[in-house]
Amino acid sequence: MIKEFTCIICPNGCDIEADIENGRVLFTEGEKCKRGITYIEQELINPQRNIATSIEVMGGHLPLASVRLTAPIPKDRIFDVMEEIKKIKIEAPVSIGQIIICDVLSLNSDVIATKEVNKAENFTVQ
Amino acid sequence: MTVSKREVIIIGGGPAGLAAAVKLKQLGIHDLLIIEREKELGGILRQCIHDGFGLTRFKEALSGPEYAQRFKEEVLKLGIDYITDTTVIEISADKQIIAASKEGLKTYQSKAIILTMGCRERTHGAISIPGARPAGVYTAGVAQAYMNLKNIAIGKKVVILGSGDIGLIMARRMTLEGAKVEAVFELQPYPSGLPRNIEQCLNDYSIPLFLSHTVTNIKGTSRLEGITVSQVDERFKPIPGTEKDYECDTLILSVGLIPENELSLLAGVELDERTKGPKVDENFQTSVKGIFAAGNVLHVHDLVDYVSLEAENLAQNVAIYLNNGELDHCSINIETDLNFGYTVPQHISAKKDFKVSMRVKKPYRNCRIDILQSGHIIKSIKMRKAIPAEMIQIPVKWHELKNFETLKVVVVND
Repeated sequence: MIKEFTCIICPNGCDIEADIENGRVLFTEGEKCKRGITYIEQELINPQRNIATSIEVMGGHLPLASVRLTAPIPKDRIFDVMEEIKKIKIEAPVSIGQIIICDVLSLNSDVIATKEVNKAENFTVQ
Repeated sequence: MTVSKREVIIIGGGPAGLAAAVKLKQLGIHDLLIIEREKELGGILRQCIHDGFGLTRFKEALSGPEYAQRFKEEVLKLGIDYITDTTVIEISADKQIIAASKEGLKTYQSKAIILTMGCRERTHGAISIPGARPAGVYTAGVAQAYMNLKNIAIGKKVVILGSGDIGLIMARRMTLEGAKVEAVFELQPYPSGLPRNIEQCLNDYSIPLFLSHTVTNIKGTSRLEGITVSQVDERFKPIPGTEKDYECDTLILSVGLIPENELSLLAGVELDERTKGPKVDENFQTSVKGIFAAGNVLHVHDLVDYVSLEAENLAQNVAIYLNNGELDHCSINIETDLNFGYTVPQHISAKKDFKVSMRVKKPYRNCRIDILQSGHIIKSIKMRKAIPAEMIQIPVKWHELKNFETLKVVVVND
């Protein structure tokens, strides 16, 4: 059966046509690199996505610190992970790369901060 | 009034301004100043918390703030001067700059000015939707700033007009935060955002996208209560009888970006009607000598990685300008057929290599893009697909040029 995919791995966003039989990729056309095939194979077994959101920061120069995952998680667990992240409130300062939740829901992915938030009183405009 | 003298002043500390500053410093231009109107450097990347930035430059998927941080760290490490919370209110052709801050007005005299002010969003008013004007109608970027910077909730039941990338990103963002995004409506018969964003922001969350549709009525008194959408014909006229009502408390507009060139106009910089950005040559110099532009102030890019590259390319030319006092005269025009929205640069010298950036006006499959000079093809590239959402860049070597005649870029169905 021929199925069409849009690869999300890189900005090329290749439109890939794949011939799929019993969950196996027999033939592909349109991918600019091998990652396209890996993407389709993963989509067939267990689609994986990364998510980004924010957590509240107390006593910071900004009210929020943005966060993301260090590795993609199964698509059907996205809202479970969102629930976990929503429980978190953190005290400033926050640094980029700081682990907010280690191995969230045992999915082999950490939630890390992606924005620096200083303590409010230390914050000076340069 | 005291006038501070600088070799280069960069207006705007977003991705283009930061990349230009870092590159200039590395090239030995030390007397630099970045002027930023927000409290922090980073520009729009500060609110783009989703990942996918830096895939071509750093070979990893960073969030916007992380991508900006890489450049901010370089700025700090190299000791590049910058001031924030300061808005440039005037620039002149002789490169005088007036900036306003809480401390009052400051005047600068610079040898070169780099315009990196980015772009702004087309608004509700600009697209004249009929109906009431209740609260709850936002542009996608404003909604993004509210949610991601200020921690302000937007709404619970959302409709999006326009399929620009920020609108798609916001559809996913609001869904993750518990809002119900009913649908995205696009006036054109094709999406204006990137295919991968349609896949991972709409399809992943079963948000339908309706092409050739527009909002034909807005209802509500104090807060938005609902909208009417209609299908449009090929001339974008709503088709009677296709109206459909949606209940919603929020309407997000993602209907295009416009380079922000109020300052450029004050200095007499000539704008291109197609890009709404300055006309530039291969050196990214505008029609005013010593004033340069790159990034979204010049033309709206699809990826920030290309903004950084363009600004670095600009910086190399600014360094040559400062060292030699001038750059090659660029009198050869680049024109396009009607299938392209524009090209950047608009002029070249034919004395050095350059890169032409362009966007097609409608989608093509299996096409060819030819660059012609005096009717001869000097460069031709094959494309499996060319879509308006993606910027196309074609590098050209100076020795590939045949003569000093106008270049023409055309798209051919293969």
